[in-house]
Amino acid sequence: MTVTLKNGVLDPQGKAIEGALGSLGFSGVGHVRQGKVFDIEVDGADKAKAEADLKDMCEKLLANTVIENYAISLD
Amino acid sequence: MKSAVVQLPGLNRDRDMIAALTKISGRAPITVWQTETEIPDVDLIVIPGGFSYGDYLRCGAIAARMPVMQAIREKAGQGVKVLGVCNGFQILVEAGMLPGALMRNSSLKFVCKEVKLEVVNAETDFTRAYEKGQVIRCPVAHHDGNYFVDSDLLSSLEDNGQIVFRYAEGTNPNGSLSDIAGVMNRDGNVLGMMPHPENLIEAAHGGSDGRGIFASALDVVAATA
Repeated sequence: MTVTLKNGVLDPQGKAIEGALGSLGFSGVGHVRQGKVFDIEVDGADKAKAEADLKDMCEKLLANTVIENYAISLD
Repeated sequence: MKSAVVQLPGLNRDRDMIAALTKISGRAPITVWQTETEIPDVDLIVIPGGFSYGDYLRCGAIAARMPVMQAIREKAGQGVKVLGVCNGFQILVEAGMLPGALMRNSSLKFVCKEVKLEVVNAETDFTRAYEKGQVIRCPVAHHDGNYFVDSDLLSSLEDNGQIVFRYAEGTNPNGSLSDIAGVMNRDGNVLGMMPHPENLIEAAHGGSDGRGIFASALDVVAATA
């Protein structure tokens, strides 16, 4: 799961990273947004159920949906 | 008036809060541990400041999902007053009991200083010891106090008088939207604020500007005026 700040929400950490990349000499760096990645192992073979559970986890704990978006990818 | 102070691992302002409540109400608050599912009969529940669960995931996020929070939610639904200070405010926001979110300070630095607060709404259970527009001093100490709500919610907070405190005179320490320092719920019985009024209640603290919040909530305004 990847959790990132929504557009329009100021991300001071992303801004600081953006500045640091610039001072390292990387040119052409646009907007930087900082987020979080969660690797979660889920038991069972039912992909649909796993996806539904993971979505529930994001809504209830992993993301603060007032300020954050989340994306789920299953392997 | 009886009060309770919630205790969770990582909170460290509970002792200051217990001292403030004891001094102002004349009786010691009950302490309630995070695993408790029932809260005794009290008039005011306080969630103090600190770093519950080491601020893991997001400040207050883990604490907000502990059993005691369900009990607090039920009490709040019955009209019991709930005050969250600093991490307590973050916990109430994470628990969905107050609107908005508290993000990293725009400076990216921990701030520990004194600020000025404007009492925006003096007609609440927590602020009736003050006058509307009054500016008081109050200490702050936090890393994530940058309050955010979307623009629709901001106007509804303003329209409903839910913005209780604003940082005044250019002292906004964290980039908080619209200088918001404290908000309450729609029913007016749950207040969250980043500053620490419990640390400015007597001469030894260098002033007693914060005392009125507890005097109001504990209904002892006349006694301390």
